[in-house]
Amino acid sequence: MAADPNSFAASSAVPPKKPPLWNDPAWRALFFQVVVVALVILLGVFLVRNTLANLERQGIASGFGFLGSTAGFSIGESLIEYHEENTYGRTFLVGLLNTIWISFWGILFATILGFIIGIARLSSNWLISKLAMVYIEVLRNVPLLLQIFFWYFAVLRPLPGPRQSLSLGDGFFLNNRGMYFPDPVPEQGFHVVVIAFLVGIAAFQAVRRWAHVRQDRTGEQLPIFWIGLGLVAGVPVLAFFAAGSPLHFDYPALKGFNFKGGAVMSPEFFALLVALSTYTASFIGEIVRAGIMAVSHGQTEAAYAVGLTRSQTLRMVIIPQALRVIIPPLTSQYLNLTKNSSLAAAIAYPDLVLVFAGTTLMQTGQAVEIIAMTMAVYLCLSLFISMIMNWYNRKIALVER
Amino acid sequence: MHYSPGTHPDLPAPASTVGVRGWLVHNLFSTPLNVGLTLISLYLLYVAIPPIVEWVITDATWRGETREDCDRLGACWVYIRVWFKQLMYGRFPDDQLWRINTAYIVLLLAAIPLFLPAFRHKHWVGLFLLVVYPVFAFVMFYGDTAGLELVETPLWGGLFLTLVIAVTGIVASLPIGIVLALGRRSQMPIVRALCVAFIELWRGVPLITVLFMSSVMFPLFMPEGVNFDKLLRALVGVMLFSAAYMAEVVRGGLQAIPKGQFEAAQALGLSYWRMMVLIVLPQALKIVIPGIVNTFIGLFKDTTLVLIIGLFDFLGMAQAVATNPDWLGFYVEGYVFVGFGFWIFCFGMSRYSQRLERKLHTGH
Repeated sequence: MAADPNSFAASSAVPPKKPPLWNDPAWRALFFQVVVVALVILLGVFLVRNTLANLERQGIASGFGFLGSTAGFSIGESLIEYHEENTYGRTFLVGLLNTIWISFWGILFATILGFIIGIARLSSNWLISKLAMVYIEVLRNVPLLLQIFFWYFAVLRPLPGPRQSLSLGDGFFLNNRGMYFPDPVPEQGFHVVVIAFLVGIAAFQAVRRWAHVRQDRTGEQLPIFWIGLGLVAGVPVLAFFAAGSPLHFDYPALKGFNFKGGAVMSPEFFALLVALSTYTASFIGEIVRAGIMAVSHGQTEAAYAVGLTRSQTLRMVIIPQALRVIIPPLTSQYLNLTKNSSLAAAIAYPDLVLVFAGTTLMQTGQAVEIIAMTMAVYLCLSLFISMIMNWYNRKIALVER
Repeated sequence: MHYSPGTHPDLPAPASTVGVRGWLVHNLFSTPLNVGLTLISLYLLYVAIPPIVEWVITDATWRGETREDCDRLGACWVYIRVWFKQLMYGRFPDDQLWRINTAYIVLLLAAIPLFLPAFRHKHWVGLFLLVVYPVFAFVMFYGDTAGLELVETPLWGGLFLTLVIAVTGIVASLPIGIVLALGRRSQMPIVRALCVAFIELWRGVPLITVLFMSSVMFPLFMPEGVNFDKLLRALVGVMLFSAAYMAEVVRGGLQAIPKGQFEAAQALGLSYWRMMVLIVLPQALKIVIPGIVNTFIGLFKDTTLVLIIGLFDFLGMAQAVATNPDWLGFYVEGYVFVGFGFWIFCFGMSRYSQRLERKLHTGH
């Protein structure tokens, strides 16, 4: 059989003629990649050699030793204790915390406002839907930096001084030094309220699980929303009064030329927060609208047909499906907001870019290390937010069989 | 009166469902909640609109030459008129402005045929715009050849500079983005890894840090004696940044091309580059035109960030003239004008991209 030249086995035994080396895809790929790697290495060597030569000529030491030396400049606002004798490492931390702080609040407010705008855009009320459209089209087509400038230079800075502050209700004052508001101060025994809150959440989880089992068994439903509200909000309130209201507010009061007491939000933070959250909300509004519209109308009709009420349809049919469409683009908006918070540098809010990539860089001249550290921080923040959102996305993802 | 079945003449629809009243009932007052919302919004509009109209139009000062002409009741548009040249062209010499205007006019004239469906030689016009025009525009703006006076880039500014940065950024980033997108989908692991790292690095950091990097690190990267213009450094930063975003847009288009197209091209014996250039990219790029326009809108708005590294773009110029000692306190007018300028461009482009999306959606 092996001798038969026409048989299949025989013809496959003679290997097809190999293409020449320069036409073989595998060799070509290898060759091409070697060339690419060589080019990248050459470029790297070129850049590193130039940089080292330039640094030496300018007398700048390389390495991260500068993080230990004294900073010697002050920072307007800081979440941790900081004064001029602290090190550059400390300024890095201050800037990083401020960046995280503004991003956190920005994301929170942008999400709330964005969902309101998105739902308003879908309202059956013509006026509401058109107003939402105007909001979206105006805010998202104007550069964010311009909006930050507008809030800072045109709205907050021309406000009157502390003596002529605008009063916004009891204990809220707005002037060119910022926004003053009452500071809640917990007293002896406040921990009872915190414990009651945690107990309420735990009890709510237990009741919810039990209600599920009960519904599976008997088909009867519990008004789980009201029970939950009572446990999570009612129990701590009762505990609060039972413990004798262990909380008082520290009200800001005008003393001399400025306010004393209370809490204050600086105009820089306020302008940045308003601009970041209203700008991002316009994008989130469009995302929410698209997400809700992506749920086909048949789903709503089917839900009504099986007897679900309007609110049940919304809660159990439309929102879970809409969220799957909303979450991925929402994640990228959160990432954008975090990155956009770096515009703080333009109005001197002491975030990472201003404090570290700005002042610290100017003082030490260690451009390479500082820019690399700053970029690494933003990359890590981006990765961290993506991780959380991907985890959430997996949790709500459609379970396909 | 008695009618036999089917002979009753049609009655008009109830008054509450047609005409102005029907529209109002249906769209504004359909439920108690909607009645409340409508009334609240009407009240807010009543409170907000008249003062805005008064400030912008009726109480505003339109005529005059100096600050004293403005009575400060409404907007002072005299301010914009006085500084109009700076806002548009920066500190470009007065007697050289015709160069910028000529370049604008040539661009407009060349672009018009692209929007005429009946025009047949679009590829020639496109080639002219992509190859000849940039050289022409550079010579016009920078000068120093062809008998034109040299205009240094620090004199460039205003809307002109914004357009230069945005258009250069997008035109230069498209080819880089295509190469990166192809690299990211390549079979070669090292090439793919390099492209992924490059794209994700630039997409993960804010544009400000990229601009800082290009302004403070480029001088370090270059051999001694090589000096980069500040504008050029900003342009390189913007290009790297937008190339990464462009790569992701193009990748979206590449992924949308059915596998059969690749396989058919390979079955015909086309090489990789011929397959990409002749079969895949024309289809992929067509799909992502709206995405490219959206990237352009984003980049256009982001160009304002160059003011942080000391270039005077449209917004930077408004910020600079607002600190002029003779004209202090006109921030709002400047912002409204610049904001309106950006809004016109961005809104127009986003509408255009939506229209394209509908037009290109040929359906399968």
